[in-house]
Amino acid sequence: MSDEFPVSVKADPDHWLSEHGDHLFRHAMARVGRRDVAEDLVQETLLAALKAVHEFAGRSTERTWLVAILKRKTIDWLRRVHRVQFCTDLADGDPWLDAQFDWTRHWAQAPGRWGGDPAVLCEGTEFRRIFEDCRQNLPERLRTILSLRLLDDVPAEQICSALDITSANLWTLLHRARVRLWNCLDKKGLARGKP
Amino acid sequence: MMSCKKAAELISLSLETPLTLGQRISLGFHVGICGMCRRFRRQSRLIQEIGQRIGKEFPAENLSNEARERIRRAIVDATEP
Repeated sequence: MSDEFPVSVKADPDHWLSEHGDHLFRHAMARVGRRDVAEDLVQETLLAALKAVHEFAGRSTERTWLVAILKRKTIDWLRRVHRVQFCTDLADGDPWLDAQFDWTRHWAQAPGRWGGDPAVLCEGTEFRRIFEDCRQNLPERLRTILSLRLLDDVPAEQICSALDITSANLWTLLHRARVRLWNCLDKKGLARGKP
Repeated sequence: MMSCKKAAELISLSLETPLTLGQRISLGFHVGICGMCRRFRRQSRLIQEIGQRIGKEFPAENLSNEARERIRRAIVDATEP
């Protein structure tokens, strides 16, 4: 089991699949949350890698290279399947978000008291489960777009150009995703008992 | 005085890109007197930091044997002359 790049780079998709297939699958699952889509993304990634193997100069590890391709494929998927819908979402506004505020545009319900040290919180399995549940329960489009930014730090420009939206549009969508994630964590009594 | 709705938007925005001076001032003024938005800001930053940590970890799920076989066949199809 090695992450290191081979001395002489050659296309070895069988090796990629056996060494990195599960890793790529988990990575995709954590972003798109659907087995069928995640499996397709792994396949597309390996096929793309096969064609682009001459571009892999061994500057990074084999796995890093494959994950970079997977991220691009995930954005492609988002574009292919959801691009039109994003435009509709933006045009429609967000009644759910509006409902979080009263007529004076102040919080309709006060946020609960929770918080803590992220390093400590991340170690707790219960907390991790709640966080992941809430993230996975976001609407599909918002979940993927937030995951690409939050988990993968994919450049905003890359997402905007793939989806043909402005950065202001992207901030709007990310805000919708963030408030939903936060609201879910708040409702589930995140970090109960912590100040 | 800025509304909480607008303040929340700026708080999310600040996690993405640096705010302008004007935005910083009006948000600073708002959270200075609004405990709820202060809390929302603190919790939003916490979520941001946790997300970045979790991004480096993965669920313990594996490719099914069927999917693995399907992908293997696709690769064979693609590599055959």
